[in-house]
Amino acid sequence: MSVLSALLRKELRLELRTFESVPGMVLFSVTIFVVFHFGLDRASVEGDLAAGILVVTLLFAGMLGLNRLYVADEEQGGFDGFLLAPVDRTWLFVAKATALFAYLVALEIVMVPAFAFLLLGPGLGQALPELLVVLALVNGGFAIIAALVGAIAVRTRARDLLGPLIALPLLVPVVIAGAELLQPLLREGGGGGLEAKWLAILGLYDLVFGLLSVAVFDPLLED
Amino acid sequence: MYGKGLRGLSVATIITLVGAFALVFFYAPNDRDQGFIQKIFYLHVPMAIVALGGFVAGGLLAIQHLRTRDPKWDLRSYVAIHISIILAVGVLVTGSIWAKGSWGHWWLWDEPTLVSFLIVFLLYATYTPMRFAIEDRERQARYASVFAITAGAFVPLNFAAVRMAEAYTHPRVLSTTGGAMPGDMRLTFMVAIVGMILLFITLYRFELATKHARGRLRSLRRQLTGDDAPVPRRTAAPTI
Repeated sequence: MSVLSALLRKELRLELRTFESVPGMVLFSVTIFVVFHFGLDRASVEGDLAAGILVVTLLFAGMLGLNRLYVADEEQGGFDGFLLAPVDRTWLFVAKATALFAYLVALEIVMVPAFAFLLLGPGLGQALPELLVVLALVNGGFAIIAALVGAIAVRTRARDLLGPLIALPLLVPVVIAGAELLQPLLREGGGGGLEAKWLAILGLYDLVFGLLSVAVFDPLLED
Repeated sequence: MYGKGLRGLSVATIITLVGAFALVFFYAPNDRDQGFIQKIFYLHVPMAIVALGGFVAGGLLAIQHLRTRDPKWDLRSYVAIHISIILAVGVLVTGSIWAKGSWGHWWLWDEPTLVSFLIVFLLYATYTPMRFAIEDRERQARYASVFAITAGAFVPLNFAAVRMAEAYTHPRVLSTTGGAMPGDMRLTFMVAIVGMILLFITLYRFELATKHARGRLRSLRRQLTGDDAPVPRRTAAPTI
């Protein structure tokens, strides 16, 4: 546990000192909203369209985080330092996934109000608790996949290309379940319960890929 | 040693496949609703099942590779996935033709099986570029195995998620709800699927034999020419 907290402190300190990921992600998400506004030619959206825009924007902004996640470790010797330490390698995966989860939360703190302000027709008020649950599950799935795929992609020649290319198909179930869950919340007078089926899929996805990633992460670090 | 029994296997594959298509055209009845176009089913469905089975098999072989670190398991995993990708292209093409013939559209988004197959195909389409982007042989094998295991686990989960999301228009072939095929259709289908499995195994064995022969040739050439041997090109395929 102390390993995890040490790694996590390092990740967050690095981010706070360099501001490499989160500000870029935030700016990117707001820009995507503007692009969606002109691309769809809509002043406001609701229901399924709003859910789709929110999930897709989160995904694309998250891709920036995925691409940056391991770059410092690869280029500035973070992997070597970690491998020299007598600790279980799985902790690096857990720390990276947790750090990315935190980045996504920071992103959403700005992104969701910006979405409500710029594009969303109905207010978010009464649906907020459910919205937080859905976003937490979506973040979890994204952070797990990104921490695994990022570790694969960073050591290839075409890292910025391969990361999103591998991660996006893997994340399709998250998009499906996330959009289905958000859709009723973003309608006029939304809120009031989530469909258990989709919650189960999201939860199962996070669980299965969390365990799977922990199981297969080790070989990615050997050298 | 790798070419052993290949001739018998090839002959058995050809006989079964020819027999399957003879049954398709001369024995199995035309479907009452869809008519003749339904016969593409005897090609499309076995191909899809074998391709998905090949993807999962690639994942299982990759587990073996990570456990033993023997490159031959990586080669097997690679070959299984490689052939499955080729079959998957065939599945998408025949599925699209069938959809056009029986539903009137080349592509239907409310078709869970079609859509999930496309997602799986898009995922595996990155397998070869990923291998190609890693130069170090040993690392390429390791990373490819991690990919193969993750993607292999993704296949069933993805099908569950997409199927729950959409309506049920795709015929269920081997499930309890839609599997009510008459006897002669079922027989034809079973022969077709055995033929497709045999085809997969034959191609798999041929590809393994070729890869081994090529590796052997390379090492012989290296022994003959010494250090002057040409540097092998960068490839996505594992070398033994």
